[in-house]
Amino acid sequence: MARAAIFEAMAWASPPTRAAARGARAIGNWDEDALTMAVEAARSCLERAAGDASDAQVPGSVLFCSTTAPFADRDDAVVLCAALDLAEHVETLNLSSSLRAGTSGLISAIRRADVPALVVASDARLTRAGSPQELSYGDAAAAILLGPPSPSALATVLAARSLGSDFVDHYRMSGADFDYALEERWTRDESLTKLVPKVVADLLAAADRGTEAVRHFAVPASAAAAKRIADACGLSAARRDESVLAECGDAGSALPLLMMTAALEAAKPGELILVVGIGQGVDALLLQAEAGVLNGRKALAQTLAHKRDEPSYVRYLSHRGLLDVDFGMRAERDQRTAHSVAYRKRDALTGFKGGRCERCGTVQFPQSRVCVNPDCRATDTQRPYRLADTRGRVKTFTEDWQAYAARPPYVYGNIEFAEGGNLLMEITDIDSGELQVNDAVRFVFRVKDDDRARGFRRYFWKATKV
Amino acid sequence: MASGIKDKVVIAGMGCSRFGERWSCGPDDLMVEAFEEAMTDAGLERDRIEAAWLGVFFDEQSTGKSSLPMSMALRLPNIPTTRVENLCATGTEALRGAVYAVAAGACDIALAMGVEKLKDTGFGGLPERTKGTFEDLYLPGSTAPGAFAQLASAYAERYGYSMPELKRAMAHISCKSHDNAARNPKAHLRNRITEQQVLDAPAISYPLGVLDCCGVSDGAACAIVMTPSMARSLGKRDLVSVQALQLAPSNGVEMGHQSWDGTHTLTTPLAARRAYAEAGIHDPRGQIDLIEVHDCFSITELVLMEDLGFSDLGRAPHDVLDGRYDRDGAIPCQIDGGLKCFGHPIGATGLRMAYEIYLQLLGRAGDRQLRGRSGQGPSIGLTHNLGGIPNRNIASVSILGLLAA
Repeated sequence: MARAAIFEAMAWASPPTRAAARGARAIGNWDEDALTMAVEAARSCLERAAGDASDAQVPGSVLFCSTTAPFADRDDAVVLCAALDLAEHVETLNLSSSLRAGTSGLISAIRRADVPALVVASDARLTRAGSPQELSYGDAAAAILLGPPSPSALATVLAARSLGSDFVDHYRMSGADFDYALEERWTRDESLTKLVPKVVADLLAAADRGTEAVRHFAVPASAAAAKRIADACGLSAARRDESVLAECGDAGSALPLLMMTAALEAAKPGELILVVGIGQGVDALLLQAEAGVLNGRKALAQTLAHKRDEPSYVRYLSHRGLLDVDFGMRAERDQRTAHSVAYRKRDALTGFKGGRCERCGTVQFPQSRVCVNPDCRATDTQRPYRLADTRGRVKTFTEDWQAYAARPPYVYGNIEFAEGGNLLMEITDIDSGELQVNDAVRFVFRVKDDDRARGFRRYFWKATKV
Repeated sequence: MASGIKDKVVIAGMGCSRFGERWSCGPDDLMVEAFEEAMTDAGLERDRIEAAWLGVFFDEQSTGKSSLPMSMALRLPNIPTTRVENLCATGTEALRGAVYAVAAGACDIALAMGVEKLKDTGFGGLPERTKGTFEDLYLPGSTAPGAFAQLASAYAERYGYSMPELKRAMAHISCKSHDNAARNPKAHLRNRITEQQVLDAPAISYPLGVLDCCGVSDGAACAIVMTPSMARSLGKRDLVSVQALQLAPSNGVEMGHQSWDGTHTLTTPLAARRAYAEAGIHDPRGQIDLIEVHDCFSITELVLMEDLGFSDLGRAPHDVLDGRYDRDGAIPCQIDGGLKCFGHPIGATGLRMAYEIYLQLLGRAGDRQLRGRSGQGPSIGLTHNLGGIPNRNIASVSILGLLAA
């Protein structure tokens, strides 16, 4: 959403924000949260890793880093693993409670380098209408795969350092909706320009490198603050990416990883990248770009380019639950989940696995005891078959204005999988008039329903236009 | 070798309540209204009925479960009663139960009752319901119009119609049913409309507008069925017999297999083929005088003309616009207004269709009476239900005809 759209809607309440109303901030669709964005980022990461190396490393450990994980007590990382179709013995860790969670996840994974680790940082922080955060924050996720040296590696980690300091520039109590933020100038002068240089100096000493060797500086702070920090660190000459903050916004725990990605996409082999995470202290990592950065992949640039503009500030408020819209009695439908069913069918629901008949080859969803092919109908011949990473075709569709939808119209249709098989599916990230029969679709993991009566959120896969 | 149902059972009395938003009536009132008419028509004492079937779909919204709501509302004499439910084919299922019981010789006289009280939900359209504990976790929270509207997107693409072309034929279907219902005092929607009004109506589910959708109505309909000999012993002369009652449910192909193209109902042609065979009909276009089909939405009626064999594949829009299914056309369709305008109280709908065929065959249809191919009145009629949605459904086809003396 263009920040100007937010400013136009809220300028009556906060006119001083005009200067900040440039560029755009990323907002998830109504059916996206920190977990669904993490799945999408991780899929992108693993797909690229697999594309770069025939013997791509498979994560033995998954770290989910977020201050806005949907569940306080349910292992979001396990859901993430299931959605990624990773093995059940993969170790899962959840890091939270600090915007350093993303960089702390990287450092933790490096320190325990016995298995390849997938670090996924994702945040979708609510912001109060009219607040400076409403303009500056953005929803985003980043995923980075760490493992032993390999020819396709993007970078080598030379050193990492951390420092804890209970500096409360902002906070959010458990269960609270919004951050409470203190004056930026105090944060900048008393924390950022004092603590970051200290950790950076330690880091460079540990790696035995001088400041002049650092070509890229990924520091999660506004452009103005980042310049002061860089000056204080002696890193004025290092390149700082400004695209993430300008076009996505402050993505919380994901921001340092996004900036690191920007640096990797700009770096030449051999160049040094210094990545900083900030939140009640400082994390710092020194990376050296490797030949893998020449692979030509620009995940961040592509993601920033692949966007849909949300012109309606009011709709955005509704999607984030900040505006109580009357969706009529159809919205009262009970969304109670039969958890024994959800568990029994977890491979279908979270892993989007159907069945493939070993006798006739027919792919079908869900997997069933008896093959759906009318010319086969064999019993117990199906093996699990993952559909998440396949493609499909729109066979039929409608735009339903009668059904309850958080973003009317409710678009759904029969999707024919490229491998055969058919499923009536919701189609997301689409507006009225945009879909046609025969359009190609891919599949994304999204929020299916919110059970407001019981405070439970359930997920499933949806089709989206390629 | 089974010989089928043809001419083993006759309908000796029928009743149908007025359909509509019957705010002051509950399901018991509606059942009594239909039942009183049927008993008067049959000239029968209530205690002669030996078994009864009740069809109701949304029991959660009105009657509750079991056949007791019928047994209690009608104060039946503790005879065996059964509740059936098969989506929008529920009314026809009730009839099938009663007819089969008589044909089997289990009893001589049976009652089939269908009822639905939809307008106690507090909102327009059909009530919300679960699709199943697992299905709710992955299927879209679709509506009936949304599920059927997809036929149009696929049909237009497959047969090369632009959506405005297809919509014009769909609009003709709705207008025709409104025209027919204007002659029917029991119909829910009796106003005449223009094709332009249909095209300009508010969107419900692309490409359906609100005037492409049938009424959501309260109502009840019932039939008294018996052996032909019992009917004659009661002094009945002209007898309407059941010539075929066939059912074809989906087995999952439409939902899960790529072979279904989404333009038609897979089941209706199967049910129709069996029904034509059971009734001994070899040329449905030439032999059947009138049809009542499941026109829950205009596009449904359009594709059903092909599924039932009355139009060639891809040609229904032309036949519709040529007036083949109009009141004065070769095969009048929905002469009573259909689901579209008579209304669609789900459990009653199949029996309401039979009621209209019954009246037409007996020459008792009043202002809307057809003259038939011979000019002597129609002699064979067809009813069709499609329960569920194109992705998973139950098609029923019944053939009723005048029993040869």
